[in-house]
Amino acid sequence: MNSILTLFHDYTFQTVALGSALLGMISGVLGSFAVLRKQSLLGDGISHSALPGVVMSFILLGSKNTEILLLGALISGLIATLFIISIVKHTRIKFDSALALVMSVFFGFGLVLLTYVQKIPNSNQAGLKRFIFGQASTILQRDIIIMSVCGLILFTLVLLFWKEFKLFTFDPDFAQSLGFSPKKLNILLSFMIVLAIIIGLQTVGVILMSAMLISPAVAARQWTNKLSVMVMLSALFGAISGIVGTSASSLIPKLPTGPSIVVCASTIVAFSILFAPSRGVLHRIYLHRKNRVLYRLKGD
Amino acid sequence: MSPQIEIQIIAVIVAIACALPGVFLVLKKMSMMSDSITHTILLGIVLAFFVVHNLSSPLLIAGAALIGLVTVWITETLRRTRLLSEDASIGVVFPLLFSIAIILITRYAGSVHLDTDSVLLGELAFAPFDRMIIGGVDIGAKAIYTAGILLFINLIAIITFFKELKVATFDPMLAAVLGFSPALLHYGLMTLVSLTTVGAFQAVGSVLVVAFMIGPPVTAYLLTDNLKNMLILSGAIGALNGILGYHVAAVLDVSIAGSIAVVIGLVFLIVFIFAPKRGLISSLFRKKYQKTEFAKATILFHISNYEYDNNSSEINIENIKTNLNWSSEFTKKIIKLLEHEKYLIVQNNMAKLSAEGLEAIIREGERLFK
Repeated sequence: MNSILTLFHDYTFQTVALGSALLGMISGVLGSFAVLRKQSLLGDGISHSALPGVVMSFILLGSKNTEILLLGALISGLIATLFIISIVKHTRIKFDSALALVMSVFFGFGLVLLTYVQKIPNSNQAGLKRFIFGQASTILQRDIIIMSVCGLILFTLVLLFWKEFKLFTFDPDFAQSLGFSPKKLNILLSFMIVLAIIIGLQTVGVILMSAMLISPAVAARQWTNKLSVMVMLSALFGAISGIVGTSASSLIPKLPTGPSIVVCASTIVAFSILFAPSRGVLHRIYLHRKNRVLYRLKGD
Repeated sequence: MSPQIEIQIIAVIVAIACALPGVFLVLKKMSMMSDSITHTILLGIVLAFFVVHNLSSPLLIAGAALIGLVTVWITETLRRTRLLSEDASIGVVFPLLFSIAIILITRYAGSVHLDTDSVLLGELAFAPFDRMIIGGVDIGAKAIYTAGILLFINLIAIITFFKELKVATFDPMLAAVLGFSPALLHYGLMTLVSLTTVGAFQAVGSVLVVAFMIGPPVTAYLLTDNLKNMLILSGAIGALNGILGYHVAAVLDVSIAGSIAVVIGLVFLIVFIFAPKRGLISSLFRKKYQKTEFAKATILFHISNYEYDNNSSEINIENIKTNLNWSSEFTKKIIKLLEHEKYLIVQNNMAKLSAEGLEAIIREGERLFK
């Protein structure tokens, strides 16, 4: 108990926990929309697609400044998203195939650029790849400021366009018939998701970022049928996984932060799928049993 | 054999071997499953390593292939609860399994060279160093044989079960009615995917396996409507990409697998833009054509209704514009087209249906409302 108390007073822990919690909230909110629109794997796709942008901005500007690399990642993530949207729009190729193709090709391009950079003499390119694979325990105060600013922008946008996003997520045809442009809404929402992914990318890495986008939202979906409740629950689950995952990794030696956050979020998903009232698996089994008993009683 | 030739042979064989099962993944809308498997095989390798404590044991490959199937099974089980969609269940399962693998590595295998990088990012350029030596005789790079066996298994399986796979891919219900087990076929196919992924990642690295598996089939999908042609085309495109990519990499002196992935992307881009019938240009043309045809029919119907309602045989062009709420340019353009086709007679801004116009209306009406 004492060790937990000292832990919570530790400055590094506070920073990392605050960062993970913030990230969990941001990705929880945006993830709800991604999951409901059946585009939850966008997180995985975009975070891989960010690699060429990171390397490219390093080649062009020669700096390993976080903001510059993030900007590069953001731009290449956005380009990848536009490619995916236009492939899906103009051909019969489905979203998942377009995503898999664009993501792997972008990643391949990133590797090509990386091998190119490695040939430049004296270039300080080490750590570029680390940027993509992330390390949650290295969150600095500066990262938290970036996260808070981006998070604030994203939350404001979500609140401003709440009814449009809601309508567009559940019934894009109806949205169009009311005069909203589904094309613009799609691009805006996708760009917001990309921004959320990119700010998390450098701190927690590719794999964790896809989990952070999906798991809290999937868990929240089981407890409610209302979008507003789902978004708030999802943010809460994201924050909880961030804090619990960070604490666990600080208390147990040699437990990496990122993966332990994922395990925590997945546990919440498993719990929700099993125990959620009215939707959960156990409730369904109970209903099934009850119906069978009632049916038998009537049969007599 | 020179290493250059060997690398190209490996690239071609791996590309074809990946493209074949990839066709079915694309058609079954399960492309991202390949991405999922490429990540979770790390867990298989780690678990198998804890059992045998030997990094070069073939059991690691078996463990990896097995965990691929386990991934598919868990994902399917989650999806079947219908509490979450297909893509969300993929996205929940693979980060978890991957994270467990990372935790196991950092906690228990820190001292062993079991680096996530070496699994995630293979390098084709090193493949020729690993020789296949039988009875003291060097008979070529080991990767040629492993990739060759892989290709052989995929070819035999797909040729043997072609019609079953075809039915199960396009109409699982029909397959079930005809007595093929869709589940058995599904897991059979996933075994192929899992084996291919494991076999290919050593050569090209796991993220790029996705490019090899999905790229050529998606490209072929824009060119043909026939499953057999799609399989052959995917193989051919894959092989072409492999050779082209190798030469690009050789000229620029960069990562071979990476540049093959870039070539895959470029070839797709070209096909995406120029493909007859399904490409970007033809799609834009078709949309424009349909828009014009629809606008023409709209004007014809509008005039005919107007004449009927108002008992006049003519309508002012300005009226058409306001009634349909179109821009005046667009209206003028369509009316000019109709006049050119002799469906309309236009005099001092008044439009009138011609005999051909009336016929066209009847024809359209029959087509639309039959």
